[in-house]
Amino acid sequence: MKKVVFSIILASIGILILIHIAYDPPLPNLGELKLKQEYAIKPTSPVDHSLFEELQKDFNSPQEVTEACIECHNQRHKEVIASSHWNWERISYVEDRGIASMGKSNVLNNYCIGASSNEQSCAACHIGFGMTNDRFDFDNARNVDCMVCHDNSEEYRKGSAMAGYPDRSVNLTQVAQSVGRPQRMNCGACHFYSGGGNNVKHGDLEESLLSTTREVDVHMAANGMNMTCVDCHSAENHNIKGKLYSVSSSDENRLTCDHCHTSTPHMDRMLDLHTAKVACQTCHIPTYAKVNPTKMEWRWSEAGKLKDGQPYHVTDTASGAETYMSIKGSFRWEKDVKPEYYWFNGHATHYVLGDQVDSIPVQINRLLGSAADNRSKIYPVKVHRGDQIYDPETNMLIQPKLWAAEKGDSAYWKDFDWQLAAEAGMKRVGLPYSGNHEFVNTEMYWPVNHMVAPKEEALSCEECHSRDDSRLAGLNDFYMPGRDSHAGLDFIGRLLIIAAMAGVILHGLGRIVSAIRNKEIESEEINTNYNQ
Amino acid sequence: MQKVYIYKKFERFWHWTQAALIFFLALTGFEVHGSFSFLGYEQAVESHRVAAWMLLILIAFSIFWHFTTGEWRQYIPTFSKLQAQIRYYTVGIFKGEPHPTRKSVRKKLNPLQALTYLGFKLVMAPLLVITGIVYMFYRTIDANNMVIVSDIPLEIVAFLHTLGAYLIIMFAIVHVYMTTTGHTPTSNIRAMLTGYEDLEDDSEQPLKDENKKEE
Repeated sequence: MKKVVFSIILASIGILILIHIAYDPPLPNLGELKLKQEYAIKPTSPVDHSLFEELQKDFNSPQEVTEACIECHNQRHKEVIASSHWNWERISYVEDRGIASMGKSNVLNNYCIGASSNEQSCAACHIGFGMTNDRFDFDNARNVDCMVCHDNSEEYRKGSAMAGYPDRSVNLTQVAQSVGRPQRMNCGACHFYSGGGNNVKHGDLEESLLSTTREVDVHMAANGMNMTCVDCHSAENHNIKGKLYSVSSSDENRLTCDHCHTSTPHMDRMLDLHTAKVACQTCHIPTYAKVNPTKMEWRWSEAGKLKDGQPYHVTDTASGAETYMSIKGSFRWEKDVKPEYYWFNGHATHYVLGDQVDSIPVQINRLLGSAADNRSKIYPVKVHRGDQIYDPETNMLIQPKLWAAEKGDSAYWKDFDWQLAAEAGMKRVGLPYSGNHEFVNTEMYWPVNHMVAPKEEALSCEECHSRDDSRLAGLNDFYMPGRDSHAGLDFIGRLLIIAAMAGVILHGLGRIVSAIRNKEIESEEINTNYNQ
Repeated sequence: MQKVYIYKKFERFWHWTQAALIFFLALTGFEVHGSFSFLGYEQAVESHRVAAWMLLILIAFSIFWHFTTGEWRQYIPTFSKLQAQIRYYTVGIFKGEPHPTRKSVRKKLNPLQALTYLGFKLVMAPLLVITGIVYMFYRTIDANNMVIVSDIPLEIVAFLHTLGAYLIIMFAIVHVYMTTTGHTPTSNIRAMLTGYEDLEDDSEQPLKDENKKEE
């Protein structure tokens, strides 16, 4: 009796110890709390520009505003002139290419294709005034547009196809008096609407971020940290942190989550270990384009259809998104999109005007990296697919002239003649055009970085570590537990188990049968004995 | 027949804890392998690791126990009656022949058992333990950018670990079945549970008394 009581007590103590070991009390994530505390305090402006006499006057041109800015901030224009927002290009080392200058002047995309020959319209997103063609003076400080980034009144906006000049209705005095730290709308004016409409290009940057909820973006949510773009994309001397790999190519001045969150942000060692190979975005951005759809496909080959000689467009009644435009072709839009996943080491290569097409579909940009590369991590990527104009004889992509003010200036959007548009565009960039054009399939890779979901919505392990429909099904250059297995081993293993089971069952049956038979013999013997 | 105290307390504790851990490790392990889902991947991985550490501690204690008590000698393979033992399991058992070897405190295992368990201890367990430890510490680069294990492809580590797992499952199936080949189908299991087994009388008498005293 004593023994039973004693062992029950021992067992209970054992169970209690096990429960104690198994139970992990949730510890506060001090790193995260510290960040929240830091970013809860919003910066306030040390000066009120509306009180400056220099700004209390009527400005006749936007350049006069710039001059007024430079009177006090007398070195800042030099920083701006050195920036890529101004130069639209950047010199960097690119694999297989060496030191090269790349940017909007020589790199293409598979949306509106390229800025060259269309500057008048494209310069609506240049931080300068008067970029009408490729002869823009990049040294003239008067043409720096301070207001587009620093207007806090939301009064300022660039005019449509006005070479970067503000719309005529803008009250420059009001703008000049209300400058300050860039707000979401300053960045969003270009970065939300690039490609000709809201959320066309990025998928993770769009106007819903102006006022959003934690479910869409934990950082920018009005009911969350309410952070602005420049809280993360800080700009030491106007050199803004962060790279967009549709035009960037080198792993420099990048902005990554671990700048704030460190590389061990989880209260879990197993998750922290993933940060060596998996970018934060991969798990923490389960889907992008959460609120409004983004363009996933753009087929230029369909452009040019006219109704009664007039261009037209088709709008999807459900989403309100345009699915066809005579000037641009057909589009496919998607909302709440699961990203595709690629290895990426921070370096990218680009198709540069004049390059030979070396693969079909043509990769307009290519994210470099592989499982074997220690610097690579798995990133979520928006892949934009489409087709665009191409010269099969020179084997080059064509920079077409799309925009012109009037008909008869070879612009495709006015004349709907690819021949003329290709000729004019290629002539402008100084490249040959054979006179033949075709449409070739293209792909463009956009790493997804924004619309970070609340941590409860981060991907669960099974999203990737599963045999079927793993999110990483396309990345086959490494072994991942749960997804991968050796088919031969699994087959042999199962065979071994089945063989063991079958052997055991047969052996057992054999014993039972023989036992019965032996007993019969025995009883027969007994019977015979008895009879005798 | 004599009731003999054959399996000591630690031995039984070790055997059943190990059995439970191996069963649990197989269950969670094959979930991590992707064969089925049961606890959920995260829980499976975590539990597998905790159970692995528990098993490692248990193994450490059992190695200590085997050497301090001299019980390790039980696993020294003898080939003299090996053939007779194999013949018994393949032929004799069906004819109702008696066991060719006698079980005693000094000789708990028949020659075939001794050889199999030696294989278990020298091949299967080390295969699983070593590949398991490499798997557990397999991190290409850890938080401090320190390379720990990366030269051996994970594919090979996982292959060997899974191979070991299949072998151990096969072992477990046959092992459980073989327990029914004692005097009665349940006598072996009962012995492993209570420690006592009815064994044939022989010179083990004094030993048995010693054990009684220990109790």
